[in-house]
Order: sequence, then structure tokens, then C-alpha cells
Amino acid sequence: MADTHPTGIKRWILSTNHKDIGTMYLIFAIASGIIGGLFSLVFRLNLAVPGSLLLGDNYQFFNVLITGHAVIMVFFMIMPALFGGFGNWFIPLMIGAPDMAFPRMNNVSFWLLIPSLILLCLSAVIDGGPGVGWTVYPPLAGSEGHPGMAVDLAIFSLHLAGMSSILGSINMIVTIFNMRAPGMTLLKMPLFVWSILMTGFLIIMVIPVLAGVITMLLTDRNFGTSFFVPEGGGDPLLYQHLFWFFGHPEVYIVILPGFGIISQVVSTFSKKPIFGYTGMIGAMLAICFIGFVVWAHHMFTVGMGFTALAYFTAGTMIIAVPTGIKIFSWIATMWGGSIEFKTPMLFAIGFIFLFTCGGVTGVVLSNSAIDRVLHDTYYVVAHFHYTLSLGAVFAAFAGFYYWFGKMWGYQYSECLGKWHFWTTFIGVNLTFFPQHFLGIAGMPRRIPDYPDAFVGWNMVSTVGAVISIAASFFFIYVIYHAFKKKNKCPANPWGEGADTLEWTIASPPPFHSFEVPPKIK
Amino acid sequence: MRKIYFLLLNLLYGVGAYADAPKPWQINFQEAATPVMERVESLHNFLMIIMTGVVVIVMFLLIFVCLRYNSKANPVPNKFSHNVTMEIIWTIIPVILLVIIAIPSFRTLHYMEHTPKADLTVKVVGYQWYWHYSYPDHGDFEFDSYMIQDKDLKPGQLRLLEVDNRIVIPAGKVVRILTTAGDVIHSFAVPAFGIKIDSIPGRTNETWIKVDKPGVYYGQCSELCGANHGFMPIAVEVVPEEKFNLWVEEAKVKFQ
Repeated sequence: MADTHPTGIKRWILSTNHKDIGTMYLIFAIASGIIGGLFSLVFRLNLAVPGSLLLGDNYQFFNVLITGHAVIMVFFMIMPALFGGFGNWFIPLMIGAPDMAFPRMNNVSFWLLIPSLILLCLSAVIDGGPGVGWTVYPPLAGSEGHPGMAVDLAIFSLHLAGMSSILGSINMIVTIFNMRAPGMTLLKMPLFVWSILMTGFLIIMVIPVLAGVITMLLTDRNFGTSFFVPEGGGDPLLYQHLFWFFGHPEVYIVILPGFGIISQVVSTFSKKPIFGYTGMIGAMLAICFIGFVVWAHHMFTVGMGFTALAYFTAGTMIIAVPTGIKIFSWIATMWGGSIEFKTPMLFAIGFIFLFTCGGVTGVVLSNSAIDRVLHDTYYVVAHFHYTLSLGAVFAAFAGFYYWFGKMWGYQYSECLGKWHFWTTFIGVNLTFFPQHFLGIAGMPRRIPDYPDAFVGWNMVSTVGAVISIAASFFFIYVIYHAFKKKNKCPANPWGEGADTLEWTIASPPPFHSFEVPPKIK
Repeated sequence: MRKIYFLLLNLLYGVGAYADAPKPWQINFQEAATPVMERVESLHNFLMIIMTGVVVIVMFLLIFVCLRYNSKANPVPNKFSHNVTMEIIWTIIPVILLVIIAIPSFRTLHYMEHTPKADLTVKVVGYQWYWHYSYPDHGDFEFDSYMIQDKDLKPGQLRLLEVDNRIVIPAGKVVRILTTAGDVIHSFAVPAFGIKIDSIPGRTNETWIKVDKPGVYYGQCSELCGANHGFMPIAVEVVPEEKFNLWVEEAKVKFQ
């Protein structure tokens, strides 16, 4: 059976091969990223000047766009890219396994995403769409706030995406625990493998909470229950607590694989082993654990009372410590190294700096006293785009360029890659930095039109967004260019620093790799 | 055209006539109008110093390693991967910084969370998409407050911020604000007062303000509440006490 190599459509639809499924995840993520990016371009253009010039008074559609942007970017772009795409491609290769533990389940977890995305897109065009924000708070998302089918379809979409993630993470965890090559103890695993392992656990623990809470919302909407309906003895705040019990770990689900990728990239291009390997693992574990007990910092304005506010403030602040350990360990890895500024490394250095900026605004927001003023303003928008859009997405680009030659056998053009980095870097900073000012001055999030005084920084932000979107299309061109030029990539294009197992086999890897487990020293 | 005309007007003359509203190219908080906001602002300024310091240090370190340890300057990499002393240092220092931040932060929080003895109470109910105010200590008269539509704006009025009926409160008095909502969740926020409190159906939330400087202060609904979420502003007019008493008498008749 080892030489089975289906071709044509069967190779993809019925695929049980971790590399093919990883490739499909990556293509899916890029496609979703373009859709989500275009959504943001539309509402950013609408916000360029006061007066809602593009969408007119179609304010519900504006809300649908921001909802769609968030859901697509989180569930259909960044999770499929980092966890599904790079996870599938490189977990087996990095631990010396021939494939994932459950290849058929792997196929299911990818293909569930397609109907899920279709349902989400359908929801956007049916009954006015779900203009509820990605948090889907009732009563706005309840049967009175949104009487049509849109929210129900969005809920089903999240159910499917959740199932996909749960199946995927079971697969990752089982693979990592059982299929490591002989000699690869847990403490010899590359940090990317560790990050995927922890992400897997986070997904298994919190996605069921999301599934539960949106199911309760579904029955509230359709079957007369009243979990979140005050008239029936329910409480809208219960929804928020349950949602954020999922929602806060979710941001670590998004960023942890990014941490893993950055660790591999920084170590490779500094030609040094990662600094403080065990400290890095400890920091990630600490982030996971603390991440579970700080959810209500997303709800500082709901009227919690002093004790709860103080606790969630303190808990949230503590996360800065393990995050700081990671930042300084990456810098210490570079310290004394022999750094090559290849495109992945540029994205990694950009990540470290911008994630630090997003981190310190996080410390500002963790103070519930200050959050009282900044909550639900553009300051928050700037903060989470610095950590996710400039953090996780930079990590995704770093990983993409790092493994590009390995995955497809052709090396990208270093010159074009650097152009992509600099345009992206300028574009996203121009987009999101001014949003700090808007937030501090008091501009609320999720408004389709704003008081005239906010026009200046909004205009700058929109110019940045246009540059960022242009950079994304340039990224597609970089890929196209690489496949056209067909510059053969050697097994290890990065030299001595690239010491993980995937660099010991050919580029691209054979359809079936590590049929005989490698020996780990 | 009309929109652009008002835009130009506001950019030209600024909004100096108002006690507090956002200003063009503003990069800082609106001027603090309550003791709570004064404390929040000074806490934020203190944090900004620490946070800027952190960012500058990280940036300096990154620039330094990029210049000193690039492959040209340092062709042969070192191989060290541990230094327990450094790891302890960069764990302990952030902890100390956080403790330094936490102390004034909790003090501010404690101050804002404990309402002093209130001189009067204003009840605020959020609806899609307007605010409903009532004054239980003054005969419980009540009224709705809608945004002024663009076409009805008079020159000098702030687009998207001005309302038909402002809340009026006396200067220098402690005002308790009780808020809830009649349909979906809204959030009652006035940046210059340092308040933002969710109006949630089935619950009543409380906060307080004490504004010394008379004038008009603006805020906007701060929780996504549907299509017209961006169009239910809050305008608070702070007046001397005698003027407030006169207004109460008028309002009792007007809003009967």
C-alpha cells in the first residue's frame, strides 16, 4: 500500500496524505484571506471620509461586513493556515512520522470547512445577514434582534468549523504523542511541534464551549428556550461569560502556532539553537493556563463589581510575564548569532517588534480602570490587529516563505519576497497605528459613519488598508512568479541553522516520507 | 454636499465652542471633566511611560542584534542556548513592573467603583436607537433623546453627536447614573467623564459622575446594537445649579 499515489481529482477529494491535505488547507486559507481582506477593504473605504459614502445608509450591510471579516479571518484564514496547513505539512515531517495518525479523519476535517464557509457566505446574503459582530451577543443575535435565518446559518457554519478544528486537533495530539521517531523524546521536539500540541489541547477544551453556547442561542432563537432571555429568567451576561471562556483561549489558538513558527525561523536564520528551549515551553504552557482564567477582561464594562474587576485585571497582567520571556528569548537567540536577513527572518523580526507593540497596549487595556474609557473603541481594534493581523499573519507569512521551497520544490524570489515584506509592513502599520489615536480620542468600534473630527486618522488608516490589500495581491504574484520560474530548491536551502527533520528529505518531499523512521541522536 | 460643507465648517472652526468633543487629528484623551477621568488619565500617562520604555528597549535590542550579529559582522555564530541569570532577570523585572502598575490601577478602580453619596439620580434606558432618560428625584419626568439627522443640522452643531433633548445635570454635584436597556445591549459612554457602562436588558448597572465645568459633553453608544448603532449619541449639558433647577421646572411641563 505504501506506493499508492492517486491522481487527478481523486488525489485531492479523497486525499489521506498529510502533505496534500496541508496544501489544500493553505490554498483554502489564502482564498479565505482574500475574501476577508476584500470585506475589510470595502468597510475601510466606506470609513475613509465621514458620511458613509460607499455603502450609503445600508448600515446593516456594514455590520455584516465587519462580522464576516472577523469570522473569516479567524476561522477560515488564520486557523486553517497555521494549524491546518503548516500543522499538517510539518508535524509528521518534524517528528519523523510517515503521516498523521488518522489520515481519513484528516480528510474529513479539511472538507468540513468547505460547507462551513459556504454556510457563512449564504448567511451574509439571506435575510439581511448577521450584523451581530463575531461575538454574536444576544439579544441582538436573538430572535427579536435578528428574526431571519441569517444568524442560524452563521451558527451552523461555526458548528461545522468547530467540528473541523476538534477533529484536526485530536489528530495532531495523537500523532505527536504516538508517532514520534525513536529517540525523539518530548523535550527534543521542535518548538513548532510543541506549539501545535498545546494549540490542539486548547481547541479540544474550548471549542465545545463555543459549540454549546451557540447551540443554546440556537434553541433560544428557534425552540422557545430562554437561556439568554431576561423575560424568561435567562441572562444575556451568561452568554458573554460562556463565549469569552472560549473566546479568550481562542486568541492563543490563533497565536501559539505563530510563536512556534517564529522560534523555528529565528533559530534557523541566526544559525543558533533556540535560546531557553525549556523556558519557551514553560512560557507557552503558562500562557495556555492563564489564558483560561482571564476571559472576563473582555467584559470590563458589563457591571461586574470591584472584586471581579480587580481579579481579572491582575490575572490578565500576569500574561505579560511569559510573553516577555518569549520576546527576550527570541532576541537572545539572535544575540551572538550570524543572522541572514532572508524574507522569513524579516517577517519574524517584524513579528517580534509589532507583537511587542500589541503586547504593551494589551497591558494598558488589562487595567479595568483604563479599559473603562478604551473598551469598544478603536484602541481595542488597534490592539488586537497588532497582535493578530501584524502578529499571527506575519508569523504565517514567515512560515510560508520559510517552507515554500520545501513544500513545492521551487524557491520563491528573495527580491520579490522582501518587497512583499516591506509593503506589508508599511501598509499594516499605516492602517492600525492611527487607530490608537482614534480610540483614545473616543471613536467607538463598529460604526459605519463617525463624527467629522475623526476624519484625519481614518483617512490615513484607509490609505494603509489599500496598501496592505495591494501587498496581499502582490503576495499572490510572488507565488505565481516562483511557480513560473521553477528555481529548484535543494533539500536544505537555509544551511546549518535549519536542523529539524524536514530539511533532511528532498524538496519537495516524496509523496510518502519517513516510511522507515529516522534515528534521532 | 451638505455633509462636506459641515465637515469643512468643523475643520475650519474646530469645535472649541463645546466643553468636550473629539477634535481633528486628536491623539490624546478628551479633556478630563470628572475626578474619575482625571485619575484614569494620569494612570494612563504613567503607563505610557513604562510601555514606551519597554517598546524602545525591545526596538533597541533588535536593532543592535541586527547590526552587530548579522552574517557579515559575525560570520561564525556562537552556540550558547542557556543563561539562567538572564532568564531570571527578564522574568523578575516584568513582575516588578506589573506590581508597580497594579497599585495605582487598583486604587483608581476602587475609586471609580464606589459611588459616593449621590445628590441626584438619572435613569438611562437604551433602545434601538435612542436613549430614554428620567429624573426620579425630580418628579420622575422622562424624555427620549434622538440624534439630529444630517438634514436638520444647524450650523455649528456637531454631526452625529448632537441630539434633540440633552441630559442636563448640575455642575459640582454627584450624579448617580442607573442604566438598563429595553431591547438589545447598548453602552452608555461619555469619554470626557471616564464612564462606559453597558445597558443590558434585565439588569441595572450603576456608575457616577461629578462634573465641575459647565458645558456640553458628547459620547456615543459603545456596544454594537444593530443597524443604527452609530447613530444614538449622548449629549450631556452641565449647568450651574440655579439654571438646572429652572430647567427642571421647564422640563416637568414640557415632558408631562
